[in-house]
Amino acid sequence: MRYLPLTQGDRAEMLARIGATSIDDLFIDVPADARRDGPIAGLPPHASEMAVERHLTKLARQNLVAGEVPFFLGAGAYRHHVPASVDHLIQRGEFLTAYTPYQPEIAQGTLQMLFEFQTQVARLFGCDVANASMYDGSTACWEAISMARRVTKKARAVISNGLHPHYVSVATTMARFTGDQLVTATPDLAAEADSARVIAEIDSQTSCVVVQYPDILGRIPDLRPIAEAAHAQGALLIAVVTEPVALGLIRSPGELGADIVVGEGQSLGVGLQFGGPYLGLFACKEKFVRQMPGRLCGETVDADGKRGFVLTLSTREQHIRREKATSNICTNSGLCALAFNIHLTLLGGSGLEKLARLNHGRALAAAARLAQVPGVRLVNASFFNEFTIELPKEARPVVRALAERDVLGGVSLGRLYPGAEALGNGLVVAVTETASEDDIETFAVALQEVLA
Amino acid sequence: MSAINQSGWRPEMGPAEMGQAGHDAGATFTGNRALMLEEPLLFEIGRPDASGVDLPETVLMENRLGGMMRAAQVDLPGLSEPETVRHYTRLSRQNYAIDLGLFPLGSCTMKHNPRLNEKMARLPGFADIHPLQPVQSVQGALGLIHELAEWLKTLTGMAAVAMSPKAGAHGELCGLLAIRAAHDAAGSDRSVILVPESAHGTNPATAAFCGYKVENIPATAEGRVDLAALVSRLGPDVAGVMITNPNTCGLFERDMKKISDAVHAAGGYVYCDGANFNAIVGRVRPGDLGIDAMHINLHKTFSTPHGGGGPGSGPVVLSAALAPYAPLPFVERHGDRYELVEEETAGEHHAGTFGRMVAFHGQMGMFTRALTYILSHGADGLRQVAEDAVLNANYLLRSLDDVLVAPFGATGPCMHEALFSDDNFAEGFSTLDLAKGLIDEGYHPMTVYFPLVVHGAMLMEPTETESKAALDQFIGAIRSLAVRAKAGDPLLKSAPHFAPRRRLDETQAARKPVLIWQPPLVAEAAE
Repeated sequence: MRYLPLTQGDRAEMLARIGATSIDDLFIDVPADARRDGPIAGLPPHASEMAVERHLTKLARQNLVAGEVPFFLGAGAYRHHVPASVDHLIQRGEFLTAYTPYQPEIAQGTLQMLFEFQTQVARLFGCDVANASMYDGSTACWEAISMARRVTKKARAVISNGLHPHYVSVATTMARFTGDQLVTATPDLAAEADSARVIAEIDSQTSCVVVQYPDILGRIPDLRPIAEAAHAQGALLIAVVTEPVALGLIRSPGELGADIVVGEGQSLGVGLQFGGPYLGLFACKEKFVRQMPGRLCGETVDADGKRGFVLTLSTREQHIRREKATSNICTNSGLCALAFNIHLTLLGGSGLEKLARLNHGRALAAAARLAQVPGVRLVNASFFNEFTIELPKEARPVVRALAERDVLGGVSLGRLYPGAEALGNGLVVAVTETASEDDIETFAVALQEVLA
Repeated sequence: MSAINQSGWRPEMGPAEMGQAGHDAGATFTGNRALMLEEPLLFEIGRPDASGVDLPETVLMENRLGGMMRAAQVDLPGLSEPETVRHYTRLSRQNYAIDLGLFPLGSCTMKHNPRLNEKMARLPGFADIHPLQPVQSVQGALGLIHELAEWLKTLTGMAAVAMSPKAGAHGELCGLLAIRAAHDAAGSDRSVILVPESAHGTNPATAAFCGYKVENIPATAEGRVDLAALVSRLGPDVAGVMITNPNTCGLFERDMKKISDAVHAAGGYVYCDGANFNAIVGRVRPGDLGIDAMHINLHKTFSTPHGGGGPGSGPVVLSAALAPYAPLPFVERHGDRYELVEEETAGEHHAGTFGRMVAFHGQMGMFTRALTYILSHGADGLRQVAEDAVLNANYLLRSLDDVLVAPFGATGPCMHEALFSDDNFAEGFSTLDLAKGLIDEGYHPMTVYFPLVVHGAMLMEPTETESKAALDQFIGAIRSLAVRAKAGDPLLKSAPHFAPRRRLDETQAARKPVLIWQPPLVAEAAE
């Protein structure tokens, strides 16, 4: 077998050194009735590279590939062009096959990358500090709510109705067991986000306010009045960014008063990958750093006085602190953080702004074109590269009919909010630099045909 | 911005300083030593207007940004593509990796990562599909998840599997939430989780994270769970136990079935930390041991790369008792079609679910890699994986137990990892010194100071992908270091000498954390 170096001769020699007569001697501690004598039944034997490749390729072909059709899906996962060098560099074995940098003398590559990543995320989010990543945006969002409870010693979280419904679901799952109270609401097809509702809900028992920016319908709320209202009651403002490319063109949440900013970093470097692995981003004000979850990389010096980097403040973490840790997270999204780091390095501040302008420009054009389709109404007053349109009929079957014409035309609100009838005609459309003018036209024409 | 490394020699230092700027030889102008290349931070070499991506200028005649348009571009330096490739290639060379050599981190399972896995995960049909595409357009992806799920259930002998957890600790969370949901459904408010003192730190952290009180169960002198102590603690307040098997001392819990039976009799559930499943895959099915929930680290047992700290993937197999509480979403097969069960359809036949743990469907990129590995090995190969992993570990154990203290060596064979203590080192020498000496010998150190039940623990896991020759050389290196540690060699105390950095000051890093880069003037002002 190609991944196993030991030969039968090696095995015999090694058993002799150990003093065992057969391999079964080494499994002697397993109770006799739990030992399986031969390969587990019902499973095929080993296969060649060629055979495995053939099987996987066959499965892959049964999927409609985003890059091969007009594609307009977003809702928390965005398709951007990733430069070829990103994937090449993250496949270097020294990055790909390294472990968490617990031995810093021989892990400076990963550690320096994490330090750069933390700095990039902090600057992008307008925060003092950022951690070395979480699993994804949804889990980072719950960790932020949890952290706000530790900071404020209160447990009532006011959630904007523009927060991604799956993020709300994740928080709801956890809150059921931790006793946090979540004040949630279902969105409506309104031009503006629910800032007024959120502000009205804040009281003296509120630990935090959670606002997505831009939100699930693509609207861009002004975070400043919310921050002010939250701070007046001793609550924290948590901003959630699911499309970091937007921050190339709109102001950072930190600058607008957010105390904790979390997000999904998949847009930069990582790709769609059917939902994972993705990249949780987590940043906050410096005064909260000791309540942060996850790994942190910090600068220090070695015995010769040379600058170097280490994982630090690990007394917050599970491997030291056990049940008193700030989180149970261990393995996070190191390689995705590297991909994000490289992509953002290739863009730089100027490239990010250009990319964001291009996205907004395409989205403006698409919004204008789709609004010309009879019966279609643009919902948003504001948006970046994603907006919601209201169709004259239920959007879910329309999305399926479009897919049958090889157009992936957005995410229906019926899929995101099953059972919410008032949202059934809503369709969330994302338009990135990967959507060409032809793609937009094809989409508009197909939509008109399907609606007719 | 100067690209000269701050650690290098500079003219103003004068010739007399040259020998001191470096460690054991004369310093160079660049701070480099031939192939050992120093690399400044991105923020020291990048420029705000540099870029490695060609993008058109977009003139916006209007914007719909709701008044939130930023005044200036984000302060992020860029690099051209050649500079980028060089920057990260140079950084990569400061890392140790499995591709370079033996990486014996106990419990972390650093085995070879087959490159076919990478190739398959990059097929556009898997890499370039959106999680919210209509299910009709992602039948192959759902089919792959289903196929992997079937393998995991069959290999473990369990009734169901939750695929969405993002890593091992997230899988633990999944298992404990299922346990809590089951107790809730039964109207029970049990509040305690029992955890052996040798457990991974994630176990007690996870139990606390979902609202449980944690109590420790002691180990026996043989390095296993103290069955009598555990049984005597069971009662109406105990929701369950978390046991690692094979355990963190590298030993199989001989009493596992008895533990499970006792916990079940007392109305609790058994969570098994499956971090060490690689030792028994294909030879033992956890379902036969009375386990109710166990996470499987695809990045350990099934060879998906660790990536310098993730991403991982932690599917959780569940017993029939816990299956009704499994999280959303999951894939179901209906004839030749696959459906994704989400909030909408869960109500009809999966009302007990404890809910959603992540935004989408889990670590698809890792599923592709793991299934590729599993199909490559097949049922026979996976069994051989466990056998070779255990054989390699016992070979280490019996080749080193005369020079190092093996606390449980006399009790029988180990499983996939061999545990030693630093009990016979010279005064003032400890595990850390041997570990750092190992770096100079060209190895990544073993897991150190874990498990906590052994003094100065050294936990070595060679995995099945090491050849006998590689093991023999490693054994030679450890034997030589053991001799030096016992003799009190001062050069060992200051090791490593040949790594890109010598020992780093972790105290300073924690006392005054510098977590992001700031321009020198800002950094100075903050002093």
